[in-house]
Amino acid sequence: MSYHEAPTIAATDVPRLEQDDRPTLRFVTCGSVDDGKSTLVGRLLYDSKTLLDDQLDALASESKTVGTTGGDLDFALLVDGLQAEREQGITIDVAYRFFATKLRRFIVADTPGHAQYTRNMATGASNADLAVVLVDARKGVITQTRRHSHILSLLGVRHVVLAVNKMDLIDFDGDRFAAITAEYLTMAGQLGISQVQCIPVVAPDGDNIVAASARIPWYTGPTVTAYLESVDVAGDVSQRPFRLPVQWVNRPHAEFRGFCGRIASGTIATGETIAVQPSGRRTQVARILTPGGERDRALAGESVTLTLADEIDVSRGDVLTAGSAPQVSDQLAAHLVWFDDEAMVAGRRYVLKCGAASTGTVITTLKHRIAIDTMAQESAATLEANQIGYVHLSLDRPLVFEAYRDDRDMGSFILVDPISHRTAAAGMIDLSLRRATNIHWQQLAVDKPVRARLKQQRPCVLWFTGLSGAGKSTIADLVDRRLAELGRHAALLDGDNLRHGINRDLGFSNAERTENVRRVAEIAALFVDAGMIALVALISPFRNERELARQRVEAGEFIEIHVATPIAECERRDPKGLYRKARAGELKGFTGIDDPYEAPQAPEITVDTSELSTDAACERIIRYLREHDYL
Amino acid sequence: MIAEPAVSERADGKPPSAAVSHLRRLEAESIHILRETAAEFRKPVMLYSIGKDSSVLLHLAMKAFHPGKPPFPLLHVDTTWKFREMIAFRDQRARDLGLDLIVHTNTEGLSQGIDPFTHGSARYTDVMKTQALRQALDLHGFDAAIGGARRDEEKSRAKERVFSHRSAAHRWDPKNQRPELWSLYNTMLAPGESMRVFPLSNWTELDVWDYILLEDIPIVPLYLAAKRPVVERDGALIMVDDQRMPLLAGEEPRWRSVRFRTLGCYPLSGATISTAATLPEIVREMMASRTSERQGRMIDRDSPASMERKKAEGYF
Repeated sequence: MSYHEAPTIAATDVPRLEQDDRPTLRFVTCGSVDDGKSTLVGRLLYDSKTLLDDQLDALASESKTVGTTGGDLDFALLVDGLQAEREQGITIDVAYRFFATKLRRFIVADTPGHAQYTRNMATGASNADLAVVLVDARKGVITQTRRHSHILSLLGVRHVVLAVNKMDLIDFDGDRFAAITAEYLTMAGQLGISQVQCIPVVAPDGDNIVAASARIPWYTGPTVTAYLESVDVAGDVSQRPFRLPVQWVNRPHAEFRGFCGRIASGTIATGETIAVQPSGRRTQVARILTPGGERDRALAGESVTLTLADEIDVSRGDVLTAGSAPQVSDQLAAHLVWFDDEAMVAGRRYVLKCGAASTGTVITTLKHRIAIDTMAQESAATLEANQIGYVHLSLDRPLVFEAYRDDRDMGSFILVDPISHRTAAAGMIDLSLRRATNIHWQQLAVDKPVRARLKQQRPCVLWFTGLSGAGKSTIADLVDRRLAELGRHAALLDGDNLRHGINRDLGFSNAERTENVRRVAEIAALFVDAGMIALVALISPFRNERELARQRVEAGEFIEIHVATPIAECERRDPKGLYRKARAGELKGFTGIDDPYEAPQAPEITVDTSELSTDAACERIIRYLREHDYL
Repeated sequence: MIAEPAVSERADGKPPSAAVSHLRRLEAESIHILRETAAEFRKPVMLYSIGKDSSVLLHLAMKAFHPGKPPFPLLHVDTTWKFREMIAFRDQRARDLGLDLIVHTNTEGLSQGIDPFTHGSARYTDVMKTQALRQALDLHGFDAAIGGARRDEEKSRAKERVFSHRSAAHRWDPKNQRPELWSLYNTMLAPGESMRVFPLSNWTELDVWDYILLEDIPIVPLYLAAKRPVVERDGALIMVDDQRMPLLAGEEPRWRSVRFRTLGCYPLSGATISTAATLPEIVREMMASRTSERQGRMIDRDSPASMERKKAEGYF
């Protein structure tokens, strides 16, 4: 290969950017394995002249060595990027490709056809305006076609191009094409997919991709490219009420406090009144900073920084709104597409992310599962990977949202498994389960500062975590007594004791332990609201659950105390004989033996009773409270 | 070099158009990603490679946190074989913007005398770039590293997530990537794990140049054509940037008008014959170009799957 001479520069001026404003269409391709999706996308890239000389050279050489087309250009190789895919001749992950024509820019998500990889299709569809659904003309509409169309409908894709591929293999039979089209249109109608364009194609040869096919004279509609260039998919979110999920609070110095985020819908102007949700407090917009400078107006899609007329409390996860009020609820009904290999467990905790908000949640009920083939609702106990269901969710905190059908940004969420950290599911909010959509927190006349002043103390949670037998309860009890001597008001919540009362319905499965911790965290938070110091002595082995407990109270109100006595010492003491039973196999899922303990990464206080007497540990904690102005 | 990205000074006072334009949409998406990174991670860092993509990334970071500064430092993995102009540019930019710049070199590799001429590009890249990057991330305990990679660069990049998970051993597992829907990113990590974040995922090379032109973003002058001493080797034009480059028999540096489409270590960066000495000329040349930018990069040529393998091992 010789070095490349740069081409001669044309005499015309480069078009200025403001003039080069071809809109972008994002679409997703889907279909069953071997229907020719990658070939179709490769063909679109090839025909749009997006491919460059060195890429074409590489394609020609790879077509000969690993191609499946007998040495002809194998367009699928352009998109099947991962080595494993090229070896197996299939697509195993979603790939994003970029191309442009004179009229539009395109971002295409090429998604796999395997049943087990449905989650990737949902991923590609989540940001798509349109879908190209491929079917093999010999097979027609099959289970995978239904499944994918169903996911498209759930994810709000309303425009579909049905590309009936491999027409050459059915001798360009127009009647067969009409039958496939009719079957698909019936299904699309049931799914609420309003716009369908059916096109007969031969992807490897380019028939009806860019140029009309001479071999299919009976088809007089647009080619795939012509349709993609002209279809109107605009749903103008700028016309909807203003919504700005706050991502980041920008406080570079004392004089500036800005709230940053990307506007999900609507427009905003300086001087307009906005409400901070979920608190409901109102103020006016003072300044609007955009990446292009300060302006008096901004609209949906822009990443902005707003400053407000009044100093009111706004943090990440809040939503700034104007116009009609958004929905606010902690009880939701939603569709879920389950992703994780570990099946859904009702009652188990997950972390829900919606916009910039993040909260613990429990799936309270699986109302029904949806049979992909028939779209019938069927009763089920769980959702496995790639299954779709309708669930009720109970959230730790009220969420500001809109129904997914109205607003994709404000109505979508993911569920993350707090232990494996895998993305367990994607969700589309249907409705709030509480009728009143504007319940705001009651502003109480006697609030926390008032109560704290009464008690002459700063309320907080002292959260003792550590292995069984580490000395949590003993130290917490000592601290409780010392606080009483000092005339301070505390309450001790002991894990074992609570299991005799409020938590007596809970066992020791992971889900039940999680619920145990959640209830204790809630009770501790109530004590803090009442102006008290809550002492919690609980093994609480999982970092994420302790983190959720921390989030239940305000910053500075949660003091994590790691009672870091080594396991050998705990086992030697074995005050309740539990280690012996666990070692003998009589006790399953015992923390430290056959269940993990995730030590705190940055606890406020660490004490190790193998090095420190319980009295000294107690004094260290009291000293911390004094030095940090809690007492 | 050109104007600063001071956001407020650029106010044009014009009302926004009915739709957000293509580049403004990309800009808004990238800023959203940068802010998510700052909000969700304990200790993020921005990988600053001094190239045009890094220049755009830095510019976006300045905008995202304006009037404050980006809440993360810059990290440059210095192989000691970068073009001298790149290093001068790097130090100038960090100074001008008042940013915290960390420079890391694999001193172990250096003391072993690993260089691109005698050890070959694969071994050299592994030791002085991949290993060096991992060392730096471990040394400072960064849990998120922001990079300027784009999906249009290369086939395995096209499949990578915006928030791309790395194991505690810095490995990328392409078959086990977290699904990424809407603009929702799963940022949860176990101890020792980290995230690579790619805010420019949806940009193309032309978008990058268009944006540099639109925003007057400073770039290393090596991107612009000038007379430079080059030798032709293995079909590529290599610039003789310092005395360390051993000349082969018959090789005589010639002063030719060249520029670079991508910048890295000078012995591994092929130049293009060009007279495009201004940004508008570069964009025009780009639009007429029939080769991809990575064509000038020696390290992608080892084998068709070489980038995927390097990435799995922790290369950016």
